[in-house]
Amino acid sequence: MATLGELERAVMELLWTQIDTATAEDAAITANTLRDRLARSGNSADGKELAVTTVLTVLSRLEKKGLVRRERDIRPHRYRAVTSREEHTVELMHEVLGAAPDREAVLARFIGTVTEQEAETLRKLLAG
Amino acid sequence: MFWASYLLAALAVILAWPVPVMLSKARWTARAPGAALLLWQAIALAGGLSMIGAMLTWGLVPLGDNLLAGLRGLAALIFDNNPADSGLDPVHVFALSAALLLTVHLVFTLLLTYLRIRKQRNRHRDLLNLLSSPAEHSPATLVISHPAPVAYCLPGGEGSVTVLSEGLLELLSPAELDAVMTHERAHLAQRHDLLLLAFAAWRTALPWLPTSQLAQRAVSELTEMLADDAALHTARRETLIRAIAVVASGERPAGTADPAGAGLPGGAESDALSTAHRLRRLLTPQPALSTAAQYLVALVALLLLSVPTILLIAPGLAG
Repeated sequence: MATLGELERAVMELLWTQIDTATAEDAAITANTLRDRLARSGNSADGKELAVTTVLTVLSRLEKKGLVRRERDIRPHRYRAVTSREEHTVELMHEVLGAAPDREAVLARFIGTVTEQEAETLRKLLAG
Repeated sequence: MFWASYLLAALAVILAWPVPVMLSKARWTARAPGAALLLWQAIALAGGLSMIGAMLTWGLVPLGDNLLAGLRGLAALIFDNNPADSGLDPVHVFALSAALLLTVHLVFTLLLTYLRIRKQRNRHRDLLNLLSSPAEHSPATLVISHPAPVAYCLPGGEGSVTVLSEGLLELLSPAELDAVMTHERAHLAQRHDLLLLAFAAWRTALPWLPTSQLAQRAVSELTEMLADDAALHTARRETLIRAIAVVASGERPAGTADPAGAGLPGGAESDALSTAHRLRRLLTPQPALSTAAQYLVALVALLLLSVPTILLIAPGLAG
């Protein structure tokens, strides 16, 4: 059985593909559709059928983390990724490379930003 | 108790401005980053203690000859509700309230900063779990698919991880990668995140105090130096320098304007300065401060902490 973390990744991959390829109205899909696609992509490869309740658990975890939005206007509820994979990567890298005042306390980067002049000196150092 | 409050106020002023400015300009700190970190912590703690202590003791003067008697007098005043004959005029009440407010403010800011940073880390961790994959051959290491060469560690107690980018793995040799990993793991092992958290809170609490910024910058730089020193235990100096050079110069390829760096906010500027200091230290190595001198620094740190403590209780001891 795949762990919850692996399932979260698989679900997000599917939802990301969905908003990348589908039109705006189709960007949200139901838990049932997700379950079928997960089964097809081999996430229950050990023979165990993936339960819809498991998919719903994963979706509600992702919703709590602010990664998935639930559309409640019609039943069954449909789910969509809040934003694309690329946007999330940008957010992540922005936090790493950006200069937010608290960044140093949140995470410790190996080396900070250098000035253009210093970068030039470093490149010479590397070439020599 | 009068004189004690004035001495505490004087100490608070000295620790809030001239001392940190001098220490941030001192050259010896690069030769003894551990001792210098100790000194910064002592300055921050003693500074806060004397700020609060000065207002507290001054405000209590009409109520008693020493801290204990004054506090007892204050308690009696509050619980007996009989302010008429206390001699506590509005100015002294103001000082007492200010002392209380500052204490509460400092404690709450520390707490809020902790919560905010934990929330940011959790969010970062959530995204990492989706966007990265575990590195081969090394535990607690994640690889994120991005061309920029970056390496960092995300502290979080048991679940601390080191994160490397694909760009980094491409550019660095195995030995250089080892140096980077040792550097990052030293941050985690030495719990630098706790220090940085405390000083980030101090800066948030007292942003108008120029020293709180100086202190945060210095502490951040000193922790980097400590991690560099840890990396040098296993890596050759040239390897570490090369790794730093590759990562630092690879981040903005020649000819491409960096939109994030265009405005260069304060943080980026101090980043650059700190990088320059680290590189200078590695390129022209200086001998570490002698053991005796390092003990002397530790002794000074201890003295700094004991002076306000003694001033607070001394009037009681003297009778």
